[in-house]
Amino acid sequence: MASIPEIFQTMDYGPAPEGSALVDKWLDGQGRQFGLFIGGAWVAGEGESFETLNPATGKALARVTQATPGEVDRAVRAARKAQPAWWELGGHGRARYLYALARQVQKHSRFLAVLESLDNGKPIRESRDIDVPLVARHFYYHAGWAQLMEQEMKGRVPVGVIGQIIPWNFPLLMLAWKIAPALAMGNTVVLKPAEFTSLTALRFAELCGEIGLPPGVVNIVTGDGRTGEAIVVHPQIDKIAFTGSTEVGRIIRTATAGSGKKVSLELGGKSPFVVFSDADLDSVVEGVVDAIWFNQGQVCCAGSRILVQEGAAQRLIAKLKERMETLRVGDPLDKAIDMGAIIAPVQLEKIQALVQRGEEEGASLWQPSWSCPREGWFFPPTLMTEVSPAATVAQVEIFGPVVVLMSFRTPSEAVELANNTRYGLAASVWTENINLALDVAPQLKAGTVWINCTNVFDAASGFGGYRESGFGREGGREGLQEYVKWADRRTGGESEGWRAGVVKGDGRTKLSKATRAVKSRSRAASTPSASPALRPSALPPIDRTPKLYIGGKQVRPDAGYSLPVLDAAGQRIGEIGLGNRKDIRNAVEAAHKAAGWARSTAHARAQVLYYLAENLATREEEFRSRLHAFRGIAAPEREVALTIERIYSYAAWADKYDGVVHHTPYRNVTLAMPEPIGVMGVICPDEWPLLGLVSTVLPAVAMGNTVVAVPSASAPLVATDFYQVLDTSDVPDGVVNIVTGDPAELARILAAHDDVDGIWYFGNRETSAEVERLSAGNMKRTWVDLGQSRDWSDPHDAVGEEFLEQATQVKNIWIPYGE
Amino acid sequence: MPEAPKQRIVSPSSTAPLDLPVAPRNPGKPLDLSWIEEVRVNRSAVERRAATLRTRRTVKKEWQAAWLLRAITLLDLTTLSGDDTPGRVRRLCAKARRPVRLDLLEAMGAAQLPIHAAAICVYHIFVKVALEALEGSGIPVAAVSTGFPAGLSPFEQRLGEIRASVAEGAEEIDVVITRAHVLTENWPALYDEVRQMREACGDAHIKTILAAGELGTLRNVARASLVCMMAGADFIKTSTGKESVNATLPIGLVMARAIRDYRERTGHLVGLKAAGGIRTAREGLDWLALTKEELGDRWLRPDLFRLGASSLLADIERQLEHYVTGRYSATHRHPAT
Repeated sequence: MASIPEIFQTMDYGPAPEGSALVDKWLDGQGRQFGLFIGGAWVAGEGESFETLNPATGKALARVTQATPGEVDRAVRAARKAQPAWWELGGHGRARYLYALARQVQKHSRFLAVLESLDNGKPIRESRDIDVPLVARHFYYHAGWAQLMEQEMKGRVPVGVIGQIIPWNFPLLMLAWKIAPALAMGNTVVLKPAEFTSLTALRFAELCGEIGLPPGVVNIVTGDGRTGEAIVVHPQIDKIAFTGSTEVGRIIRTATAGSGKKVSLELGGKSPFVVFSDADLDSVVEGVVDAIWFNQGQVCCAGSRILVQEGAAQRLIAKLKERMETLRVGDPLDKAIDMGAIIAPVQLEKIQALVQRGEEEGASLWQPSWSCPREGWFFPPTLMTEVSPAATVAQVEIFGPVVVLMSFRTPSEAVELANNTRYGLAASVWTENINLALDVAPQLKAGTVWINCTNVFDAASGFGGYRESGFGREGGREGLQEYVKWADRRTGGESEGWRAGVVKGDGRTKLSKATRAVKSRSRAASTPSASPALRPSALPPIDRTPKLYIGGKQVRPDAGYSLPVLDAAGQRIGEIGLGNRKDIRNAVEAAHKAAGWARSTAHARAQVLYYLAENLATREEEFRSRLHAFRGIAAPEREVALTIERIYSYAAWADKYDGVVHHTPYRNVTLAMPEPIGVMGVICPDEWPLLGLVSTVLPAVAMGNTVVAVPSASAPLVATDFYQVLDTSDVPDGVVNIVTGDPAELARILAAHDDVDGIWYFGNRETSAEVERLSAGNMKRTWVDLGQSRDWSDPHDAVGEEFLEQATQVKNIWIPYGE
Repeated sequence: MPEAPKQRIVSPSSTAPLDLPVAPRNPGKPLDLSWIEEVRVNRSAVERRAATLRTRRTVKKEWQAAWLLRAITLLDLTTLSGDDTPGRVRRLCAKARRPVRLDLLEAMGAAQLPIHAAAICVYHIFVKVALEALEGSGIPVAAVSTGFPAGLSPFEQRLGEIRASVAEGAEEIDVVITRAHVLTENWPALYDEVRQMREACGDAHIKTILAAGELGTLRNVARASLVCMMAGADFIKTSTGKESVNATLPIGLVMARAIRDYRERTGHLVGLKAAGGIRTAREGLDWLALTKEELGDRWLRPDLFRLGASSLLADIERQLEHYVTGRYSATHRHPAT
C-alpha cells in the first residue's frame, strides 16, 4: 500500500470500496440458494438450479431455481386468484401498498444497490444514485396513479394477469418499471428476472412479504429463456410486457399472435447522438460519457452513434480521447470508478467480436492507455472513427462501451443519418440553438429525444420505442395504457354478433349474404349486370369503372382483374379492381410521399376533414341509395348521417388530442407529444361499409398518419364512390389511398410490408393472428379485433380516445433550460 | 483483454511543458473576439457534470489524508475583514507556517513533507506585517487590490494600489475586474483593464478575480475567463468571497474548461483559484478532484491551483486527526488562527 508521502506526490486515487458485509450475510442466511416466490410464499424448485455469478470476479454468489412450466403455471394461477381482490381493493388501498413498497425500497436502498452491483457488475455509484432512487420513484409515482385511477382512468379496467420478462442491465429498475404500473392499475404479475441477475428481484419479493402485500399479487419466477417461454405461451396470461433484445421481442410477437394477449415490447436500439457545431463541446463530451459509458454501454437507449457536424468533428474527437484517459474502470463496488464489469463472458465475447469486425471493415479504434482489471469480465471504453453508415458497427447494437463516430454536413443530413436505422428508441441532440433543437427533435424517429442531455429517466416520462425498438410506453400517463383496457367493450361473439345488435336496436332487417359477395365468385359470374335501382332511365347505363385510388389518382389495378360486386338481392351491380402486391407497394409509396400531412398544422387537417363532411353531405342522397343497394337496409339515412357526424368528430379531435408537459424532477420541460405512427394500413370493417371506413381511416388521418385503406369486402363501391369525395375535399394526394380486393390477402401483404409503420385489421380471428404474426418482421404497431366486432354506430364503442391512442405514439422530448 | 493504446493525443508543439517545477508565466495574447463569440456553455449540462463529479470521485483513508495535506499546500490562507489587525494577521501567518500539529504529521509519516500554506492573502495595509511574520518561510504574501471587492475606484488609483503592494513586497496581486465590462460585453475594455493591471504587477503574479457570482451567466464566466487569460492573467479566480454566490463547482468547472481551452489553443498555462464559501474538507477535496479531472495532475501544485479560504483549514485538521486516531475531532484541539 502506498504511503501518505507517496500519494502526496502522485495525487492518485486509491481504493474506495463500498462494504458488502450485510449483503453477504443475507446471502449466507439464505444458504446461497433461492426458490421461487409464488402466492406469497417461497417454493423450493422442483427442477434444476443454476449459479448466478459476480461479473467482477467470475465467482458464484448463489444458486437460483430454474422454474419449470409447471411452476410458472402455479404462479399464474396464484396471480389469477389474487387479481379480483386486488382490483376490488380500490385505488386507495393499492396506493397504500405501492407507497409502502417505495418506502421499503428507500429503507433498504444501500442494501439493494450493493446487491445489484454484486450481481450485475455495474458501478455502485450508478446503482446507488440512479437505479435504486428511480426504483423508489417509480413506486411513489405509481402509488399516485393507483390513488387517481378511478377518477383519471374512467372507463378502463385492469388487463388481468401480466407476464413480465426483464433484462439483466437494470435488473431492479426494470422490475419497478414493470411491476409498479401493473399493480397500480389493478393487475397482478408473474415476473421473470434475467437469469444473470435474479437476486434483487428475489430480495424485492421479500420486501413484498415484509409490507404484507396480498399473496399472489407479485410472483417471481427465476430461470432462463425456457421459463420465459412458459410465461409467453401461458393461456391464462392476459398481457406480456417484455424488455430485451429485438430478436426475442420478435419471437414473443410471433408466439402471441392471435392469442388476444396485449403485448408491450421495449427492445434494442442504436441511438443517435447528434452534435451540432454550436454545441458546448465540453458538455457534449460528458454527454458521451453518460451516453455510452453508463452501465458499461449495456443500455438499450445508449447513444452509440455519434453524429457530429463536420466542422466540429476533429475537436470533439480530440476532447473525447483526452476524456477517455481519465475514465476509471474497475471493481463495481469501488465508489470512484466510472465503469464496472460486463455482465457475462458471452456478452464480452460478442463485444470483442463486433469491435474486431469493425476494425476489419476499416474503422479506426481508440482505447485509453490504461488497462482493465485481469480478473472478471471487463472491456475498456472504446471509440471507433472512420466509420461509414454501412459498417457493421454503425448498424448493429453492440451493447457494450463502444461508440462509433460519423460526421454530417447539414441538419437535414443529420436527421437522415440519425434515422438511418431499424431502431427508434432514443436520440439526443446537442446544440445551443433552440430553433435547431426543436426543429430536429420531432423529425427523429425515436420514442425519447434528449436535448443537451442523455440517459435521463423518470417515472413521469414515458419511455419506449419507435420502429423495431418495440411498442408501448413505460412511465407517465402514456405508460398506464399498457395495463388497462376499455371496460364495456363488446367482447363476446364473432363478427356476426354486431348484426344482432343492429336488428335488435333498430328493428331493421338482418343483412343479407351480400357481405360475402366478393367471395361468391362462381355465383357472381352467372348474375346479370347492374342494379335497376341505380339505373336512371331506360337507356343502358354508362359503364362506371371504379378503380383503385393511389396518390390522389384513380389507377387501374396492376393485375388487370376485376371482381363483380353484388347487391343485397344477389344482383351484380358493378365491379371493383382486384388489388395485389404491386398495388399495395404503390399505395405505400404514395402514402410515404404524403408525409408532409403530418407536418401540416392540426388546424389545417381539421379544416380538410370538415370540408370532407361538407362534401359528403351534398352527396348524401347518392350514398344512401348506394348503401341501400348493398345492404338492403330500408333506411340507410342513419349510416350516412352517422358518417357525417363521425367525420365531424375527427375534424374536432384533429387539433385537440394534445400532448402534455410531464413533471419530471429536473429543471427542464419534458414534452410528451403524440406523433402519428406514419404510414398505416387500415383494413376496414365489413359492417357499416361507409361508417366503418370513415370510423377507422379518419382517426388515423386526423392524427397525421397517411393511410392505405382496404375497404369493406361487402360494399367496396361505397369506398370507390368515397374517393371522389376525398378528391373534392382538398385531402392531399396520397394521404388516403384505397386498394380494393380480398381484405385478408391485402392485410397479409400490408402486414409483411416493412415500410408500413402500423396496421389496423378489422375482420376475422384467423387473419388477425396472421397480421400480428407477419408484423413481427419490422415490429410494426398492430391493432386487430380478433373477429370481435364492435357496433360502429355506437359512439361509446366506435369513436374517440381509444382510436386516437392507437393512431399515435408518444415521443418524450426532454428540454433542460437555464442560461 | 484488448491491447493497450493504439494512438495518443499529440499536444500542440508550442505547448508549455508540464514538467517544470514552476509553470512559466502566461504571456497573454492579442484579444481574439471571434474566439470569445464562439464560447458556448450549457448550464444544465455543466451542473450535471459538477453534481456527478462529486459522486464519481472520492478518496478514502491514506489517500484522503494525503489529499488533505496537499490541499493545505494549495491554500491561500486569507483574512479580508474590516476588523483585521496586525495581531490577527500575525496569527494567520504563524498558522500558515505550521498548519498541522506535528504529532499528527508524524503519525502519518509525513513530518518530512513541506506542509505549509501556499500564501497569505490580506489587504494592502497588512502586506508588511505579513512579510515580517513569514520571513524565511518562503511563503509569499498576496494582496487583494484594485478597489477590492467592488473594483469601482478610479482606474489610476486602482493601478496605484497594485504598484504600492508590489513595492511593499507582495509577490501576488489578486485584482478584481470591472463586472460592468462583462455585463455589457465590452471585451476590449476588460482586456485593456487587465492588460494594464498585469503591467502594473511587474514580476508579481496576477490573479484576476471574476466575481463570477455577479456575472449573470456561466457563459459570461467562460468569456470573462478567456479575456483575462488573453490579457495575461497568471491565475483566474472565482470570487472575492464577498458576493452572494461564490466558488461553486459549476463555476469552477467552466473556468477550468476555459483554462484547458486556452492551453489547447495557445499552449500557455494558467492557474485556477477557487475562493469563497469553501469551508469543509469534503468541499476542498471536491475542488481537487474537479481540477485533477478537468485539468490534470499538473494543476495540483501551488503554481497552478489555489484554494482561497479562511475556515477550511480548521476542518481539514479535524479530519486529519480523525484519520490518525479514528476518533472524531474537535476544533479546539487544533491551534487557532
